[in-house]
Amino acid sequence: MKHSFNPRKNYESTREKIGYVTRQEATQETYDRIGFMSGLEVHQQLLTKEKLFCRCPAGVYQKPTQFDAEVIRHMRPTLSELGEYDGTALMEFKTRKNIVYRLKNETTCTYEVDDTPPFPLNKEALAIAIEISLVSKLNIVGEVHITRKQYLDGSIPTGFQRTAIIGVEGEIPLKNKKVRLIQLSLEEDSCREVSDVGHTRIYRTDRLGMPLIETVTYPDMVNPDEVKEACNYIRFLNRSTGKVRTGIGAGREDVNVSCRGGSRVEIKGVAHTRWIPSLTHNECFRQWALLAIRDELLSRVPVAASWKMKHVLFENDLLKTSFEPIKQTKENKNQLVAVLLPKFKGILSHFTQPGKVFANELSERLKVIACIEVPHMTHSEEFEQILTESNWEKIEQLLIPNEDDAMMVIWGPADDMPTALEVIEERCQMAFKGVPNETRKSFENGTTIFERVLPGADRMYPDTDSAPIPLENSFIESLGKNIPKEVIERYQRMRDWNIPEDTYTYILKKNLYPLIDRIITELEVDPAFAGKLFGHTLKWVEGHFKPAAEFDYKIVYALLRFLKQLGLEMAIAKKMLPLVYQYPKMDFESVLTSIKFKRTSKEQILSQVPFLRKKFAEIRISKGNDIEHKWIFGQVRRSAEGNVPLSILAKEINEIK
Amino acid sequence: MTEDIFQGYKGHALEVLKNFNVRVWSQCTVETTRGTFIGTILPRSENDDDKHIVMKIPTGYNVGLDVDTIRSMKETGYKKANYKIPEKEFPYTQGLPKVKLIGTGGTIASRLDYRTGAVIPAFSPGELYGAVPELANICNLTTEKIFAVFSENMAPENYKKLAIAIGKEIEAGVDGIVIGHGTDTLHHTAAALTFMVQNSPVPIVLVGSQRSSDRPSSDAALNLMHACTAAGHGDIAEVMVCMFGPTSDEYGFLHRGTRVRKMHSSYRSTFRTIGDTPLATITRKGVTPIKPVYNHRRKDRNVKILPYFEEKVAIVYYYPNMQPDIIDSLVQNGYKGIVIAGTGLGHVNKPIYPAIERASKAGVAIYMTVQTLWGYVHMFVYDTGRDLMAKGIVPAENMLPEVAYIKLGWALGQTSDLEEVKRLMLTPINDEITKREPYNGYLVYQGGVREVEEFIRKVRK
Repeated sequence: MKHSFNPRKNYESTREKIGYVTRQEATQETYDRIGFMSGLEVHQQLLTKEKLFCRCPAGVYQKPTQFDAEVIRHMRPTLSELGEYDGTALMEFKTRKNIVYRLKNETTCTYEVDDTPPFPLNKEALAIAIEISLVSKLNIVGEVHITRKQYLDGSIPTGFQRTAIIGVEGEIPLKNKKVRLIQLSLEEDSCREVSDVGHTRIYRTDRLGMPLIETVTYPDMVNPDEVKEACNYIRFLNRSTGKVRTGIGAGREDVNVSCRGGSRVEIKGVAHTRWIPSLTHNECFRQWALLAIRDELLSRVPVAASWKMKHVLFENDLLKTSFEPIKQTKENKNQLVAVLLPKFKGILSHFTQPGKVFANELSERLKVIACIEVPHMTHSEEFEQILTESNWEKIEQLLIPNEDDAMMVIWGPADDMPTALEVIEERCQMAFKGVPNETRKSFENGTTIFERVLPGADRMYPDTDSAPIPLENSFIESLGKNIPKEVIERYQRMRDWNIPEDTYTYILKKNLYPLIDRIITELEVDPAFAGKLFGHTLKWVEGHFKPAAEFDYKIVYALLRFLKQLGLEMAIAKKMLPLVYQYPKMDFESVLTSIKFKRTSKEQILSQVPFLRKKFAEIRISKGNDIEHKWIFGQVRRSAEGNVPLSILAKEINEIK
Repeated sequence: MTEDIFQGYKGHALEVLKNFNVRVWSQCTVETTRGTFIGTILPRSENDDDKHIVMKIPTGYNVGLDVDTIRSMKETGYKKANYKIPEKEFPYTQGLPKVKLIGTGGTIASRLDYRTGAVIPAFSPGELYGAVPELANICNLTTEKIFAVFSENMAPENYKKLAIAIGKEIEAGVDGIVIGHGTDTLHHTAAALTFMVQNSPVPIVLVGSQRSSDRPSSDAALNLMHACTAAGHGDIAEVMVCMFGPTSDEYGFLHRGTRVRKMHSSYRSTFRTIGDTPLATITRKGVTPIKPVYNHRRKDRNVKILPYFEEKVAIVYYYPNMQPDIIDSLVQNGYKGIVIAGTGLGHVNKPIYPAIERASKAGVAIYMTVQTLWGYVHMFVYDTGRDLMAKGIVPAENMLPEVAYIKLGWALGQTSDLEEVKRLMLTPINDEITKREPYNGYLVYQGGVREVEEFIRKVRK
């Protein structure tokens, strides 16, 4: 019967069965059907000189291979304040990782490697966090309590992140709705991972301890675009204070997604907001697929608890294969195990994400929890079989499968095999329940892989090394005085000014709004022009040229003021920008000379028109009414730029015979 | 029973709780001028102010609410947390050594104390097994908590009790003893036990932790495994301190109880042997001796317990311009022994000389050690030293100041005959005075030097 089973066809038909559509095809109806629900955790580094709990410099980075010393540690789970062990904690303990930290003296002191208790919380960071909480309309706490949040993956050498709630229960306005905020916390950033192979995970400690805020929303978003919009809003809001870091890694998002009947799954470390829509779309459908798998399994095995897998150890000489990892199991001191998954036929190749099937869920956990590097398994429903039919027949003799069973072969170090088998059985049992709570790592193509078991509130513990910090009313009020205009107001203003919407991201991201506001009000420049000058021209220039010196955006203000004082047309600024950007120290007169600008009058330009008309009559090769006009305009345009508004010029050309 | 209901709250905050009829551990909605807060009311640390109420919000974080901003509070439920280290029966394994763990109040295993906001130790074998299950593969462990004091509160009475308890355990036939102890004065206790428990046939291992066991990166579990391995399987039958070698989770050191000192306020690898090499390194696989000569494990039970201590002994850390009245006041207050930590080779300034003479005449035993920690007292090199000796100060060779203090207390506890005290002081029991200082006994490398940096880069700290 195996011959008649086509895994690829099964993948396609299961995809169809759950009603998967691409994001382009999806409508709100699609998302309502599967009960799309999403919330955000937006992380933003704060712009401070020093780290949060020690006096190391913030924002100084090292290369992965650059280090002065290495420290090795292991993490053990401990009890939370409420007396329970956390699920992730136990999983991480199972993985038995050697954690290696690479330190650079410049960026790391004894605090980061957990050899010194924390110093008092960085007051600069606290003030910024309160400011942003106020803008986010959060209720500010009366006393800041530093809490330890356990992270046993080693990303923080203490094994926990020191973090503190600054405000709770706020809201942000989107175009069509309000999104509620759960809380904003101030926390220390974690290490950056260098590598994670087998039982060794390497981190560098430069980023560790930098102040970070995390804004958490309720799961109020009902489609992928809303998630992106909310994320952009929070990021812009953070940046509008001008007191946060920008650049790669300075802002990162975790996106929580679930479908109806699914579970909260956290997609970690989404690097770009533009990835959010397809990631959330696919995750929601992955959960929908897992629910279909659950229903199918329960129809085959009504009492989930009775389901058991079976495994048999065997030697590789049983098989005739040229597949190296299996051929070399003995040399690599690996064990080879055949696994029978009763009633799992058609499940292993069941669609989960575009290009992915249920078997991937098993493989990802083998890598993360059992620490076995890929390749580490093959199964009876691969699209391209690694093992031949006759090899599978040999394995069948070991496992004696029934018609609707599936088979796997896994290999890896003997020490890791007990965990590996446990992991597979555990994940298969979870399939009867639906969607496991987990954190997943994101990829640009919109798919995700398993990262860790999702930690719960159980991993919180008060930090006994630091005293609570009272927040007086007067302190909060003084911070409230200086808060920037809210992003939504800025959005609205820009729309009123007819600045095109495609420039908003750039303007808000770079916090250029205050500068544009000044240009419009003080220099009386046309708002739409000002917006486009930044959001289109300057953005393009930045992508194509390199500045010789540090480019300060305020120089654009100086440039426009210069043009205004000289009575020149603002449009010439577009021509000047590439040079100004490359040579910010060059005076504007020289820039004008360099772009071959000549002072002239409208009359002088228009006086050429009769001559040009004659000339055109001579060289004309095609008919058409406005061809002449276009050609003439093209001829005079260059000298007119900066001298005459082009719209006026175009009109007046027609009036001259 | 107000204590139970309003744990830790006092003054204004307590009044507010009472006013709104809200208990600790109740789920509660609080309206404040800064908005609404929902969560569980937690106990408050006794030392914190009376202006705030602590609440655990649903996401698991704690926040404090300013009582002056509170408009109303409403209890909506009640759930008291039950903080308990999972307790499992410590399994008995045939063939593994019998190890006794004696508790004094260290942080080997601990839990949160809401009264102080600090951690308090948890201890039973069941709790320890729950926290460090690996112990069951090392030894058959039994535990006894003979007192619970913080390291800094350890006193001579505790040393004596400990020595007597150890004697009993040895007679009862244990294969090794582990003593859980706070780290601050771990080395004082180690010295005291070296003098009070002599000729032990089994290892006596003192262990602590620099990061409490309520942290995932704690050194407690590994230290405990190392200590149990050294006590149960090691061949070195001495009083030792077992703590991290490097700050990395790699290996531990066994330090001789008389030559070890805490050298950093918070580092994991804080304990260092001074003026010699450590006795051995220890991993979970076993003990690897560094020093070739040590007291071997024996089958007999012929231990000598000498639980004596004279409490009127002081240690005086000399500083420039020290006034003679410091010494005089000790004598006037009935002190019988003084250990001076002198400068350089063992010096104090001239104005103190008359006071020392007076003390000596009053029958006070005075011993000189060096505050440089490394090196010997050499009182013959300069005239000042000779003068001091003439006035009755006895140079204590390379005995560490803290060790000299403990030993003088122990000696004076046995006799007031100063000649006998001197004989006891200058006859080493276990290397508190060594005949020679090996060249590699003084290694304090400095960062920034190329070869040192290269070494650190290659070998984990």
